[in-house]
Amino acid sequence: MGEYVLEMNNITKEFPGVKALDNVSLKVRPGSVHALMGENGAGKSTLMKCLFGIYAEDSGEIILDGKPQKINSSKQALDLGISMIHQELHPIRFRPVMENIWLGRFPKRGPAVDHKAMYEKTKELFKEVDLDVDPKTLAGNLSASTLQLVEIAKAVSYNSKIIIMDEPTSSLTENETAHLFKIIKKLQSEGRAIIYISHKMEEILKISDEVTIMRDGQCVGTWPANELTTDLIISRMVGRDMTNRFPPKEYTPGTDVVFKVDDICSPLPRSFQHVSFEVHRGEIFGIGGLVGAQRTETVEAIFGLRQIASGTIYKDGKEIKIKSPRDAMKHGFALLTEERRATGIFPTLSVLDNTVIATENEGKLVHHSIINNFARKKAATDSNASMRTKTPSMLEQMQNLSGGNQQKVLIARWLLTDPDILFLDEPTRGIDVGAKYEIYTIMQQLIKEGKSVIMISSEMPELLGMSDRVMVMCEGRVTGIVNAGECDSVKVMELATKFM
Amino acid sequence: MGATAKATNTITRKKYAMIFALIGAALILLSIIVAVAAPKDQVYDLWMYILLVGIATGAYGISQLLRKEQHSVPVEFSRSNAKTFLTNNAIMIALLALVVFIMIKEPRFMKYQVLLDIMTQASPRLIIALGICFTLLIAGTDLSAGRMVGLAAVLSTSMLQTATYANRFFPNLPALPVIVPILAAVAACVLFGVLNGFLVAKFDMHPFIATLATQVMIYGACSLYFDMPPNNSQPIGGVRPDFTVIGQKKIFQNVGGSTFVGISVLIPIALITCVIIWFVLNKTVFGKNVYAVGGNREAAVVSGVNVFKTIMLIFILAAFLYGIAGVLEAARTAGATNNYGNGYELDAIAACVVGGVSLNGGIGKIGGIVSGVLIFTVIQYGLQFIGVSPMWQQVIKGIIIAVAVAIDMGKYRRR
Repeated sequence: MGEYVLEMNNITKEFPGVKALDNVSLKVRPGSVHALMGENGAGKSTLMKCLFGIYAEDSGEIILDGKPQKINSSKQALDLGISMIHQELHPIRFRPVMENIWLGRFPKRGPAVDHKAMYEKTKELFKEVDLDVDPKTLAGNLSASTLQLVEIAKAVSYNSKIIIMDEPTSSLTENETAHLFKIIKKLQSEGRAIIYISHKMEEILKISDEVTIMRDGQCVGTWPANELTTDLIISRMVGRDMTNRFPPKEYTPGTDVVFKVDDICSPLPRSFQHVSFEVHRGEIFGIGGLVGAQRTETVEAIFGLRQIASGTIYKDGKEIKIKSPRDAMKHGFALLTEERRATGIFPTLSVLDNTVIATENEGKLVHHSIINNFARKKAATDSNASMRTKTPSMLEQMQNLSGGNQQKVLIARWLLTDPDILFLDEPTRGIDVGAKYEIYTIMQQLIKEGKSVIMISSEMPELLGMSDRVMVMCEGRVTGIVNAGECDSVKVMELATKFM
Repeated sequence: MGATAKATNTITRKKYAMIFALIGAALILLSIIVAVAAPKDQVYDLWMYILLVGIATGAYGISQLLRKEQHSVPVEFSRSNAKTFLTNNAIMIALLALVVFIMIKEPRFMKYQVLLDIMTQASPRLIIALGICFTLLIAGTDLSAGRMVGLAAVLSTSMLQTATYANRFFPNLPALPVIVPILAAVAACVLFGVLNGFLVAKFDMHPFIATLATQVMIYGACSLYFDMPPNNSQPIGGVRPDFTVIGQKKIFQNVGGSTFVGISVLIPIALITCVIIWFVLNKTVFGKNVYAVGGNREAAVVSGVNVFKTIMLIFILAAFLYGIAGVLEAARTAGATNNYGNGYELDAIAACVVGGVSLNGGIGKIGGIVSGVLIFTVIQYGLQFIGVSPMWQQVIKGIIIAVAVAIDMGKYRRR
């Protein structure tokens, strides 16, 4: 066996209009954690999809254990000892977890599926990765973070030499991340190689042995992790120096309360209960907590997407009733949802249509329900220009944009409705540093204009760095509202785990 | 485009456009020569078809010439470009080949009357397809379309029989203004459209099930009506000529003393409907919302789209169009039974799908639907023309649906 378990040499892949990969090479040593970094759209996922047989590379070679291989399907990749944990999970919701894991390779007795053996094997597997879930639970009943761990267990079950992890921690809490790292160390000690894609610098520096950085479909280089720092990685990723991760605060929030929530309760007993808070004009109000703290549910209920059993909402001192997102928009609210794909984008529609839809449904940009081509095009172009969205044209299909650019279009969509109060649910999830900084700048710009921002974030530095005040939730209840400046991550974690 | 050259070679866009313009001009010239010189009893109106192709080719070339901003992009003739061209236009190419084949086998097919006949036949189908496309665009379907056509036909004719006809549906009914029964028929369809929309929008029922339920209901209700004494399920006949004129009238007949057979009034009706629906779909907020609800219903809710209203309107508009189509069918055939329209929804869905409407919702254009409907009509008419048995016609139709959609899906697959 050679020095490398995997060599990808000079891989090039072109999509209509874009060169997604341009002569990219990646060499991975056995038993190592190899981090793959780059901004959104840098080509990390495309490269991994070529390795996993989802895309066919236009040119270049893949050498596994010294043998050149042509990988044509995911099945073949798995047979060759490569498994992959995808960024977005697609479980079969109404089937048990164990069937999700062994799909395509069910243990059999004669022609029939051996459910008993499957159950035992799954139990054993879960024990191996320290996961306490009954294999017969329906996949749809598990939380996003548990599913992520199940997915990791599944990758382990293939006994692969190479495991690709694409943003495995995006929906994990810090404890769960620590758990994942334990599993990774174990896999490493068994001689398996891990290709680890993440945007989280701290994680990368902690877990990886080598780091390959990509930019705009090209390889910037590969370095041992101990020669790198966060700043070095960022400057190599974006191709320039980035000294500040957050734009400076130039504005202090007003003292007048523009928005007040008084003792709202969900009809579901396990969801949010007795939530009260006030938001001032020109304030960034952060909401922190662990996954499952019902932060998203609270915000979605205020926006009219979920039911509220009791409690009142005030805007500018007046009590308001919100029964649907349309009502919420009438009162000057906007909501950037957590799940970009599920509840945000229209994948088959153009960037233009995606940008103006909310505004047009408010009756603006239109004349007697008939659209105004010129006005909508100008509005969308301007709004996306202020977000610095990268798109070949306004008529490009939304699904062809990278995640970060899709997010920018969605923010552009809401800015166009000119809201007073903007709810941002995990606004920078899965987004590269450059785009993150731009979104932070936009947030600062908004509060300067006298608007208020309510931001849910699971990233501690972002939560503390951007917010003026932070409300922390745990198991559906508010455990504290603190001034971000007088607070640290330890204090927030304490509040977030108060009832656990 | 259009080349099958093996090696990659490029020409400037200007040259490319000029070639098309020249070919167009040559074809137009050829058509004049054919019109003047060729024996009329052997090639009939071939000149007209050559002229149409010539105009289309020339117009394409000129449009390329006029688009100045694209002039810097050269045209590349390569294997992959040729492949894209072929997959994008496979159905059209197959259709052209079929037409040429039929013309050679049966030169009478070159008569211009044939073209008008095909367009007349396609017109009511097009109206139904335009209705059903809305339900397909939201990843739904409408199985009640055909039965609504039947309902509208029965209702309108039952109230529009001549006073002297022996088996009148309502023996003592006075002569109503034509518009009243038509409105009643369309209103009945719209009522069932409201039911469809309500079931889908309110209860989140899959349109397949909701419209299946209405389909069965409508057929039952229509049959009950049809079976009322004294009619007792007799086919309705003796329809008033001032009603049948809507479906049978020919305009421009013998215009200027010529022998021109005239254009059926159905053709302009279908064309106007097409323009209106195109406008609704592309230029109104409702149309944009149809695509949005089809593309991602959850995101539409979050973006403030009134999804309930959108879905209701979709099914009401569709039912309205089926009602119109039913009335036109009844007028064209001057009669109706409760079995009118049976299975039309499947033909309409097939035409939409062949025209590029995605059953997954959110994708589809009016132009595609028009060509889908025309393709099916040409095939049916053409095969009948050269004496292919109706059973074989069914087999061929089925194959076309499968092949067309397989090619269409290939376009969206990225690898």
